[in-house]
Amino acid sequence: MSTARTTAPAARSRRSRRDNIHGWAFSAPFLAFFLMFLVWPMVSGAVMSLTGKSLTGANGGFIGLANYAEAFGDSDMWRSLGNTLYFTLISTVPLVVIALALAAIVNMGLPAQWLWRLSFFSPFLLASTVVSLFFAWMYNPELGLFNDLLAKLGIPPVAWLNDPAVAMWAIVIATVWWTVGFNFLLYLAALQNIPQQHYEAASLDGAGGWRQFFSISLPQLGPTTVMIVILQILASLKVFDQIYQMTEGGPGGATRSIVQYVFEAGFTGYRLGYSAAISYIFFGLILVIALAQAFITRKRSA
Amino acid sequence: MATPTLSRPALQPKGSTEAAPNRPPKAPLSRILATVVVSVLAVAWLVPFAWATVTALKSETDAASTPISWIPASGFTLDAFAKVLQSGNIPTWTLNSLFTSAAITAITLVISASVAYAISRIDFRGKRMLMGVIVASIIIPPPVLIIPLFQQMQSLNLIDTYWALILPQVIHSPMVFVLKKFFDQIPRELEEAALMDGAGRLRIFTTIVLPLSRPILAAVAIFVFIGAWNNFLWPFIATNESSLLTLPVGLQTIKSAYGIQYAQNMASALLAALPLIVVFLFFQRQIIRGVATTGLAGT
Repeated sequence: MSTARTTAPAARSRRSRRDNIHGWAFSAPFLAFFLMFLVWPMVSGAVMSLTGKSLTGANGGFIGLANYAEAFGDSDMWRSLGNTLYFTLISTVPLVVIALALAAIVNMGLPAQWLWRLSFFSPFLLASTVVSLFFAWMYNPELGLFNDLLAKLGIPPVAWLNDPAVAMWAIVIATVWWTVGFNFLLYLAALQNIPQQHYEAASLDGAGGWRQFFSISLPQLGPTTVMIVILQILASLKVFDQIYQMTEGGPGGATRSIVQYVFEAGFTGYRLGYSAAISYIFFGLILVIALAQAFITRKRSA
Repeated sequence: MATPTLSRPALQPKGSTEAAPNRPPKAPLSRILATVVVSVLAVAWLVPFAWATVTALKSETDAASTPISWIPASGFTLDAFAKVLQSGNIPTWTLNSLFTSAAITAITLVISASVAYAISRIDFRGKRMLMGVIVASIIIPPPVLIIPLFQQMQSLNLIDTYWALILPQVIHSPMVFVLKKFFDQIPRELEEAALMDGAGRLRIFTTIVLPLSRPILAAVAIFVFIGAWNNFLWPFIATNESSLLTLPVGLQTIKSAYGIQYAQNMASALLAALPLIVVFLFFQRQIIRGVATTGLAGT
């Protein structure tokens, strides 16, 4: 402090100490919530999964990996996991392909751009319960629009939500209507970012619309598609709302998702410990997929 | 990349007569076809709204009569809406949703923006690790947390309170990432000048950085608000008391309570959808731009 030689480092260390304090002070509020409502539940959930804890608070004792062992032998758990993967597969494909097709068509320079965006995106803003009410009503066997349409086409009625072979598809149709607009907007933005010169050059070379789409748009959209597919898979794996609301997992467990099984094990079966263990098995699945994705994208960019 | 920019000026002088008619002719037919296809799809996309509206405007008898019809035998009526508004809790639930979503959005914005600012601008020990932990936490699916969170809220005696709805919903790690990236792009010179003038961090943050970040803050706010407004699983678990339910959860109870009152079911669904449809009509541009800029990180 007293001499010129010491002021510089002192000032620096004072500043860095101040930076440390400021940095953590600005981070503190977020960090507090983060620790309380994310880190703590993750830890306590892991601990809980090693106990036989019930919703009533009884049987909190340590039972090791017994819950996990039971879950791996639980056919209902496997069935729910299978249903979830099935839903993920049959919802991700249309949610990506239809979104891309819609965006490609709308991007052809159609008039009234805002109208198309409004139409396809607006369902995304609805709560799941609203979507489920709309579709359960349209799937009504006698009074629903779907069977009415089938009747007009001379096709016998379908028990949309009550037929184990059809119910999951019915839920996928509702889900596509609800959320495809989001991917559609992402694709539309990505398409509009492709420099116009690429198309001009291609059309000078005599490439038609289809050629241009497959040889310019599609390759240029590669990174966007990878992102959309990954996010869609991760979102679809978490499915619960619309299934629970439309079929409650039925008929006969044919549409029950893994999240619903977690919910039921905990709140209907009162087995918090077991339910926490299934949560962690589900989390493991998500982790594996996320790591696989990180591996694939790294390989692609390298 | 280089080829088109190089070839274009070279071709234009002599090719102008060729190239000009080349572009328009390929457009009309395919464009008309595309417009027709998209129009048909757009109409199909509006059918669920239209059918719900028509049903809600029928009497219960007409709604439940076969063959189904778009025009009810005894005319349109607002009975279903009136009944739902009189007897139901929809106004209460709307207020609950509005209040909790607004609180969640406000808290999220404040805590996310300040941590993002710290990571973007302040050189403090442990910030790389902090950012790493926040980014890693994006992978945690909210359903994994419901069981321990319920237990936690129960032991804090917060089940069936607004706190239980709000507190666990304010951690949006992807939004921290989005905000940090935006702050990174703001030129540092502006802040350095203010620092020289002796302004404190908090003042710089609130008077320089935040005002410059209005578009991204708006996008984040809209996303968080919509997410909170529509969230189902956690509020479904955290509340039982009818006067505390949010709209989506309340609607679920209506469905089981009203049973086969189709017109009232649809009227309730439409009333629940209305606020966000209005928000969308007002903020259409911001929402659509927000999906493009924050959408990938926001889900």
